[in-house]
Amino acid sequence: MLHLALAFAIGCFALALLLNLWRLATAPQITDRILAVDTMVVNIIALIVLYGVQTGSTLGFDAAMLFAMTGFVSTVAFCKYLLRGGIIE
Amino acid sequence: MSLLLETCISLLLVIGGLFGLIGSFGLLKLKTPMQRLHAPTKATTLGVGATLLAAAIAMYWQTGSASWQVVMISVFLFLTAPVSALYLAKTHLHLGKDPLPPTSTKADWASKRR
Repeated sequence: MLHLALAFAIGCFALALLLNLWRLATAPQITDRILAVDTMVVNIIALIVLYGVQTGSTLGFDAAMLFAMTGFVSTVAFCKYLLRGGIIE
Repeated sequence: MSLLLETCISLLLVIGGLFGLIGSFGLLKLKTPMQRLHAPTKATTLGVGATLLAAAIAMYWQTGSASWQVVMISVFLFLTAPVSALYLAKTHLHLGKDPLPPTSTKADWASKRR
């Protein structure tokens, strides 16, 4: 049962990642692109964690944590650049 | 006990996967940019939260020790999702793609005051 649920969740997040990629390619505005990248980062974190559960190792969880931090910082930096024209004032 | 735990983990995984998929589908499907902001910041955060909870229980069940990384990731995601949503909404307002309604006073909107 756990294998089936794991495969289902991995499939769902992989499909979500593809939808995000499509949104990134055909976004009408720049904020949609930033939002698509932010959502991609979140989905990649879920995929890494699910892979870790499947293989039974906690090795990828550190990478997932790094992804969470850099994804947030990159989103805020992009928005700040669009808002003020510079990141560090 | 083991069957109950496995059912709980499987249910959380299915809920998480469905919510993640719904969030990304909403990002593609909804009409205006401010509506599109709702789907990933709420549904995807909930989906990833359920997935991380399932992963934490599963790793505790398999290895016998709780992994602190999963807890850190979920805390970090739940803290940063509203902040990035706020920044994206503010960027959308300041780019001025759709005009704001007038305020009833002389003062401009508080977000635009320098």
